[in-house]
Amino acid sequence: MRNTWTICCKELGSYFVSPIAYLLLTMAGLVSGFFFWVLLRDFVLQGMEMQLRGETFPMNMNEQIITPLLMNVGVIFLFFLPLITMRLFAEEKRSGTIELLATSPVRDIEIILGKWLAALILYACMLLFTALNLAFLFLYGNPDWKPLAVGYLGLLLQGGLFLAIGAFISTLTKNQIIAGAVTFGVCLLLWVLEWASSYDSATWATVCAYLSVITHFGSFARGVIALKDVVFYLTGIFLGLFATARSLESLRWRS
Amino acid sequence: MIAVKELTKRYARTTAVDRISFSVEKGQIVGFLGPNGAGKTTTMRVLTCFLPPSAGTATVAGFDVLEQPREVKKRIGYLPEAPPLYPEMETVEYLRFVGKLKGLSGADLDKRVDYVLGRCSIADVKSRLLGKLSKGYRQRVGLAQAIIHNPDVLILDEPTAGLDPKQINETRDLIKSLAGDHTIILSTHILTEVEQTCEQVIIINKGKLVATDSVRNLQARTRGVESVRVEVAARDSALNFEAVQQKLEQVQGVAQVVCKDPRDQRLIFEVQSQKGQLVRGDLARAVVESGWDFNELGAAGMSLEEIFLELTGNETAGVSKDAAKNPKEAVTEVKEPVNESKE
Repeated sequence: MRNTWTICCKELGSYFVSPIAYLLLTMAGLVSGFFFWVLLRDFVLQGMEMQLRGETFPMNMNEQIITPLLMNVGVIFLFFLPLITMRLFAEEKRSGTIELLATSPVRDIEIILGKWLAALILYACMLLFTALNLAFLFLYGNPDWKPLAVGYLGLLLQGGLFLAIGAFISTLTKNQIIAGAVTFGVCLLLWVLEWASSYDSATWATVCAYLSVITHFGSFARGVIALKDVVFYLTGIFLGLFATARSLESLRWRS
Repeated sequence: MIAVKELTKRYARTTAVDRISFSVEKGQIVGFLGPNGAGKTTTMRVLTCFLPPSAGTATVAGFDVLEQPREVKKRIGYLPEAPPLYPEMETVEYLRFVGKLKGLSGADLDKRVDYVLGRCSIADVKSRLLGKLSKGYRQRVGLAQAIIHNPDVLILDEPTAGLDPKQINETRDLIKSLAGDHTIILSTHILTEVEQTCEQVIIINKGKLVATDSVRNLQARTRGVESVRVEVAARDSALNFEAVQQKLEQVQGVAQVVCKDPRDQRLIFEVQSQKGQLVRGDLARAVVESGWDFNELGAAGMSLEEIFLELTGNETAGVSKDAAKNPKEAVTEVKEPVNESKE
């Protein structure tokens, strides 16, 4: 456990010493800020229109701003996550520092957990930046915080899954670009798999839809914690990290 | 301290290490000598548990590298060929990180970090980024990293490669000073390095063990043969290459004359004596009596290739081919008649 924490701190240090962390945080703030602005503008315009027409249809910030914003953030971060994970192992393999880790009295799983945890913390920081927007809603409105918290829990779980996949792919190559590109491709596929079920209800389509990450996120965004979705993400994370461990171990046999 | 038995490591297509056995006693400095690609790094990687052996066993401090890798890793400090540094970390930050990985903490960690900073003379760069350090400092930080947890065994892969002469000397002194408390294996392809630093030498070539001996014995084996560099220049008339060569060969006790650098007005030969013969005086007389000028007469160091010639016997062909790759030492066809005269 201590080793995991040591490695996690070191990785976080690497992120925050280099421009990567600041770039990602800025992008997270900018992009989510733009989406927030668009959603908020629509919300306000709609409210004004109703007032003009004299209607009193109830409006809900959670449904009209927060849920769509979280859905958007979930998709946008698909593009950013490979940037976090691509260096995790590829860089160590290229520079030879993997030899230091591999010859230290540290278990592989401690190395992997440490790196994954560091990536998850950076990702959580990005989520925090998107939450800055929502602070305004609480300042001027009165949204329900519980569904929001559930939504962020979902984002965290989904991110954790993508980061585990990214970590695995990063162990396969020395080249960060390849690691990043492949991770992006896989994450994108996992997202669009859902489309397979749009026009089809065959078994394979159902399976595809189940594997699609985004179907499981929907309930979180609406503020519902469904056990099957939590289980999906947790098993996904476990599988990803397990594959990483096997891959790291096989490096020694293959090299 | 280290026992290697019938160790073999095969990669997909090649056998990097082929049934090597040797053992190292506690507190010794052992030189691991061989040309590039001989299998030095592979053997070291097996000893550090980075690579598993394909066959055979290796134990460090009584622990098998396959069965109890964590116990082995705790007792080993390893400096790979390229020091494993994170360019974005500062020296102290990095040493603390490695120290923690190796199981140090608290006051112990502080003490060891201070100690290695002083021991490897890197205190003046302790808050510099590793990526900005010069090669010499990088190497020393690498060494500091290897000794931070005071390991029983130190494994250093070409610790002086790429350093300037002053740094090489400093590094060698540092390694020698570490010898008392640590058992050290260092790999190199430079013979003088082994002579200056090590007590015991293990020579490998193409994955096979060629010799393991103490440095003193090795020197004794080769000392009998004198290797002399002779530079002859023309005095009045032009030099006749063959005449000079013949003259030198006729000197009593000469085994072999190789022309190293033929030019217009001067010729450089490398002369090998027969075992137990001193030939410098006779060579000088022969040159002067023939009316040529002496430019230089000096001892040519035994190169690694020559040691290999000595030790490998039948396998010499491959090694001398390697030597011929070096353009400065192009061995000319004069070698042939010499061999004949020997027989």
